Amino acid sequence: MSGANPPAAPRLAARGIGKRFPGVQALLDVSLELHAGQVLAVVGENGAGKSTLMRILAGIEHPDAGTILLDGQAVVLESPRRATGLGVALIHQELNLADNLDAQANVFLGREPRRGPFVDRVAIRAGAAAALARVGADFAPDTAVAGLAIGQRQLIEIAKALSQDARVMIFDEPTSSLTASETETLFELIDELRLQGVAIAYISHALGEVERLADRALVLRDGRVAAELERAQISRATLVRHMVGRDLSPAAARMQSGGTEAAGSVPVLQVRGLELARFPGRTIDLSVAAGERVGLAGLVGAGRSELLAALFGLEPVLAGSICVGGRELRLRHPADAVAAGIALVPEDRKEQGLLLEMAVRANVALASHGRQHGLRLDHRREIAQAESAVAGLGIRTAGIEQRVGALSGGNQQKVVLGRWLALDPRLLLLDEPTRGIDVGARQEIHALLDRLVAQGMALLFATSEMEELLALADRALVMHEGALAGELARADLSEESVLQLATGGGARVEAVA
Amino acid sequence: MKDRKTLGILAILVVVFGLTALGNPQFVSVFNLENILRWTGLYGILGLGVAFVIVTGGIDLSIGSVVGLVGVLLPWLLERGFGAVPAVLAVLAVGLLIGLAHGLLITRLRLPPFVVTLCGLLIYRGAARWIPGDQTLAFGTGHDGLRSLAIGFPIGLPLLMAVLGGGLAIPLWFRFRHERGLGFPVAAFLGALGLLAMVAPVPVLSELRAPAPLLVLFGAALLAALVLNETVWGRYLYALGRNETAARYSGIRTERMTVAAYAVCSLLAGVGGVLFALDVNSIQPAMHGNFYELYAIAAAVLGGWSLRGGEGTVLGVLLGTALLRVLYNAINLLGIPTQLEFAIIGAVILLGVVADELVRRMLGRRGR
Repeated sequence: MSGANPPAAPRLAARGIGKRFPGVQALLDVSLELHAGQVLAVVGENGAGKSTLMRILAGIEHPDAGTILLDGQAVVLESPRRATGLGVALIHQELNLADNLDAQANVFLGREPRRGPFVDRVAIRAGAAAALARVGADFAPDTAVAGLAIGQRQLIEIAKALSQDARVMIFDEPTSSLTASETETLFELIDELRLQGVAIAYISHALGEVERLADRALVLRDGRVAAELERAQISRATLVRHMVGRDLSPAAARMQSGGTEAAGSVPVLQVRGLELARFPGRTIDLSVAAGERVGLAGLVGAGRSELLAALFGLEPVLAGSICVGGRELRLRHPADAVAAGIALVPEDRKEQGLLLEMAVRANVALASHGRQHGLRLDHRREIAQAESAVAGLGIRTAGIEQRVGALSGGNQQKVVLGRWLALDPRLLLLDEPTRGIDVGARQEIHALLDRLVAQGMALLFATSEMEELLALADRALVMHEGALAGELARADLSEESVLQLATGGGARVEAVA
Repeated sequence: MKDRKTLGILAILVVVFGLTALGNPQFVSVFNLENILRWTGLYGILGLGVAFVIVTGGIDLSIGSVVGLVGVLLPWLLERGFGAVPAVLAVLAVGLLIGLAHGLLITRLRLPPFVVTLCGLLIYRGAARWIPGDQTLAFGTGHDGLRSLAIGFPIGLPLLMAVLGGGLAIPLWFRFRHERGLGFPVAAFLGALGLLAMVAPVPVLSELRAPAPLLVLFGAALLAALVLNETVWGRYLYALGRNETAARYSGIRTERMTVAAYAVCSLLAGVGGVLFALDVNSIQPAMHGNFYELYAIAAAVLGGWSLRGGEGTVLGVLLGTALLRVLYNAINLLGIPTQLEFAIIGAVILLGVVADELVRRMLGRRGR
């Protein structure tokens, strides 16, 4: 499987790449080589810098330091268009297709062949048919994209790259939304592309895929290269060790435990037979006790965010009951959830959490106005509240009149937390509590959550990061396709046990009633 | 930061005012200035209304047609024997209901505000023409009491300036320290000027009377400033204009606030409609109020309101309206062909927006 003798010059090489975002050193001195006919797997935990690195190679982001060489020639990839022109194509995690057009139009989107002033439909059809045939598409070129499955849409993306004579292809988490059979089709296609001499970079969380595909592997940790592994060295255990920087066995995880066992106490949250709108026919039962930290694990699209949204009154549910503190709730609006003592720290703090153009003060106070009597805006209380949040949570800001958009990710997240803590909620829901936050702030937020739990707050959080699950959860509920695939006690938490349940394998564990 | 735009528009207003006065002394005659003040009052009420919609990131294109419909309904109801008070209340209720309908269509059915209010523009204009059979309406001579709401001069301008300026400057200084902004110096200056004109004869100023619509505008502006700056509702409106999703995720019932904003807008369009009708006393159903929504939106934009939502001040709307009226008047008095009226006003707004954007970018670059 490994490429025979790689040619002397790599097709694409990056040397000493560095990239800084406000508050985060995303990449530091990262080098890699992509050879024709080889697959380089790029692995690392979320936030390790994989996607940033790939976006740099695709010309979407620009590095602060380092050079990129294509066939030995230094190039500046100032735009995605330039990168595609040089034969470097990125197959996006979120597919970038116009789903109102058909497959062939998407293959040639933005570079339609023309005859005079008119689009040359004949050439498009012929070119798209050839490209789609190369990727083994089982649908006609004039099929509307809206009607195609995710796997089929991905084939269009790849066909598009092929029709642009891409010699370097970057796959960013390509299997995250694919079914098992679609995944196998993709692997066969990648094997085929490898034989055709395409140089491939393959980003993935799924270590099984890396074992199956990679000729070499590059492990990133906190924006740096943690290891470069040759084919013979690639195994799940070595990859995990380099990803987290230490051995992680279930035993090791248990050692870090100090889980507050709150068995027997009245649950703060009790969910029975909850049927999410996106997953009809699948039901969820769960409960969270006071002082308990429950983690929701699962693959992308398993329904974790949808569950949290339903518990916060953001999305309607088809059936089931939600009780908080023993009282059944009818959640038709987030205001209902807030009134019942539920708070949600959303997944996307910029879109769903913050008023970026407004001051820290207004952001912290935003949820508290509903609690006061009367309509008068109490500036004094607002100031006191913001100042106590800044001091209590250690928000690093020039002052409470500072624009929230100017703060770093970690401090922004603390502003969102401060908003809710002012209300002293009984149940705190968090969707990816530390996504995109640097390591220091992450630890501060974890410590804060520990304190809250010690005071008796109930925590239900969704995370895609194994490390976070191990660091925070007293127990984990693993979701698969809108239902609970199983429950893991802290002692049984491991990447293997979670992944097995998350992928739909493994025995169904009795859900807590 | 939010005062930068207001300060800019204030500077432009002063410059245009001065240049016009130099170009034609007629500009600073008592008659002319009183007219400008009355028109500022009338148009300002509409601008204030649309500001409530603009702060949510929405738009209301139906204002002119609401003015037209209300302007037709009021004399039509009076002709049919309604008393003055019931007739006015009835047409204001029509305005309120129209706004509620807009808000509900926009929040419940998630229709774009542009489309909803564009349809409103057409529908209310059609209704306004159909109800009286496209006949021109008037109030005759029997309603002078009612008409004084639009054409009367209840008090002298210096008194208004002194009361309003002083009444605003004092609480602004002592109570609302946190966001005193440009309101304080403007109020203090006007108050002092008013006092001066009351005790000593200041040319022109001491003779000026305050037109009734200007009083209505100031009343509405005071209420609006209180709601926007000193109540929870105001905070919610600015917040949802900045980021509706984040506001909703904070437990704010953004849908209700949006409905309320459209209701306020159309209600104030109704108030403006009543006053405009009483003012002209000759209401042509096909014409009355045409383009007024654009004047209102232009005044708000000139006054620093962002059409993206979440940004703007009440003082800005007042100054924006005043500038539009002064410009309009200047075109007439300086002998500029009136055919150019729209072109000049459009160019001034465009220049203002471009200058603001350039300043914003410059400051943004320096801030990084």
